Amino acid sequence: MLTAFMSYLGSTMTPGEAGNQLWALIYVLIIFAGVSVAVICMNWIERKALAHFQVRLGPMRVGPHGLLQPIADALKLMLKEDIIPAEADQYVFWFAPMIGLLAAFTVYTVIPFGPSQAVSDMNIGILFMLGVSSLGVLGIVVAGWASNSHYPLIGALRSSAQMVSYEVAMGLAVVAAILMTSMNASGTGTLSMIGIVQAQHEQGVWFIFKFFPLGLIAFAVFAIAMVAETNRAPFDLAEAESELTAGFHTEYSGLRWSLFMLAEYAAMIAVSSIAVTLWLGGWMRPFPNLLHAAAWDFIFSLFPALTFGGLAAIAFIGTARMPVQSFFKIQRIGLAVFAALLGFIALLLLVIAIAGRSADTSIAARFNEGIGYVYWFVLKVAVFMYLFIWYRATWPRYRFDQLMKVGWKVMLPISLGVLMLTAIVGVIFS
Amino acid sequence: MTAVATPWFFYALAGLAVISGVLVITLRNAVHAALALIVTLLAVAGLYLMLYAPFVAGVQIIVYAGGIMVLFLFVIMLVNIERASKERRFNRIWPVGLVAACTLLGLFVSAFVKGKELLRDRGMPLPESSNTQQIASMLYGEAGKMGQYTFAFEIASLLLLVAILGAVIMTKKKI
Repeated sequence: MLTAFMSYLGSTMTPGEAGNQLWALIYVLIIFAGVSVAVICMNWIERKALAHFQVRLGPMRVGPHGLLQPIADALKLMLKEDIIPAEADQYVFWFAPMIGLLAAFTVYTVIPFGPSQAVSDMNIGILFMLGVSSLGVLGIVVAGWASNSHYPLIGALRSSAQMVSYEVAMGLAVVAAILMTSMNASGTGTLSMIGIVQAQHEQGVWFIFKFFPLGLIAFAVFAIAMVAETNRAPFDLAEAESELTAGFHTEYSGLRWSLFMLAEYAAMIAVSSIAVTLWLGGWMRPFPNLLHAAAWDFIFSLFPALTFGGLAAIAFIGTARMPVQSFFKIQRIGLAVFAALLGFIALLLLVIAIAGRSADTSIAARFNEGIGYVYWFVLKVAVFMYLFIWYRATWPRYRFDQLMKVGWKVMLPISLGVLMLTAIVGVIFS
Repeated sequence: MTAVATPWFFYALAGLAVISGVLVITLRNAVHAALALIVTLLAVAGLYLMLYAPFVAGVQIIVYAGGIMVLFLFVIMLVNIERASKERRFNRIWPVGLVAACTLLGLFVSAFVKGKELLRDRGMPLPESSNTQQIASMLYGEAGKMGQYTFAFEIASLLLLVAILGAVIMTKKKI
């Protein structure tokens, strides 16, 4: 038992490659839990950040600085009545949120958090991701139709038109990046997510900087299209509250509504991971080829511990700055405990980083490596998640005809041009 | 690597495809029928995966389940479902359809009974890891020489382009 467990930790293969179903199940559960927690965190950060953008405080009452607000929200949503409108198509109405959720979570099987930190490495990884994440729109369309109401139907129609339009530009931008994977000696590219990151490692450049500015433009097209694809502001016409109440989920309430939210945020994380994998070097730390000495490895392996240490320090400062009043006493203790927890995690990561420093075959070293991979991947994805909030706070919503114009008359020609130029430049330089 | 592609999976997927395929033509509500069609397409994608053709499976999901079916639903939603569901679903040419179906069934049965003689043995299927690369070199050729199907592939894409232009011209009278 113990040896089997140790061999899992020491393995350099993905569970899918090793054909180990139990291990794959454990990975799936970890990812599922991780994504759910990330969605909860994202919920809190979004509300807080949006509030600060608009010079408000945001949630402050439930827990210190509203830290427990998402949990309270989740509980409230679970307890609320699950209303199915009388005229709605019952079964389809009931099933629609699951389609979106299934699509959003299925893509996580191929997301590479590290060279062996993925459930499976499919030969067609990126195709699978694009295909399955495009199924998410079915949930929205079907939900809008099944509600048997005008606003949801219009929201669903908008959403499907929007997704189909932006998928084209998105796909072409992805093809431009995949083309770059074949710029090696053998001239063979790859569609596997892990293979794409390894290609960036071999070529010594993130694809966003390759053939400057071609990689950057392809990335920009993808970054815009992915916002449209996930129905987020400024492209959130499917749920434009000023025109359509709440768009496709107007008739939904309680748990079923929260499933839609979960699917939306999970899909946001998924598309951000595609962008990170294709253009930003996936799990790689900055300059893995240039600064590859053991000392640099050690310095970069300290980053996770430093991040958690910084968060703990911020939480401690927050504790110290809380007003000294009996009303805030419990909140103060709570925040102090939270800070101590973060500090403990930082300490643990520090110990692992130091233990994994010397030998490179030991379990500690493997563990240390794995933490590093996951840390850099999550950090890059987190930047995108923050960008999503930033967009929402900054830009007004597009009008529908503007949205279509941007999709077909701007994004599509640009991505097509980038694809052709990438092919031409690639042939010339290789 | 242990194979997960057991017969159990095949029968489950095939059964799913057949049942939802029958539902497509028997369900009265057009949107329900479209949803059943999506299930059929996904089950067929699963069958492609079992045949070690991941690329075809991926394209099946992207093109059919993701792209075409969304447009199908888009159009169906604009149809008056109430009235459409009360209309007669089978028109008078159903005997022709029956004959066609029986011919297809006969073809399947004959392929099942003596498929070994009828169809050329293509040897072992390609390993999953190089399947996509093999498709690419067949379609586009490698290192300067034309692939096996390059010409046919280019002609097919030209045909598709003509079809797209035709669709645009037919819907948009003034260009």
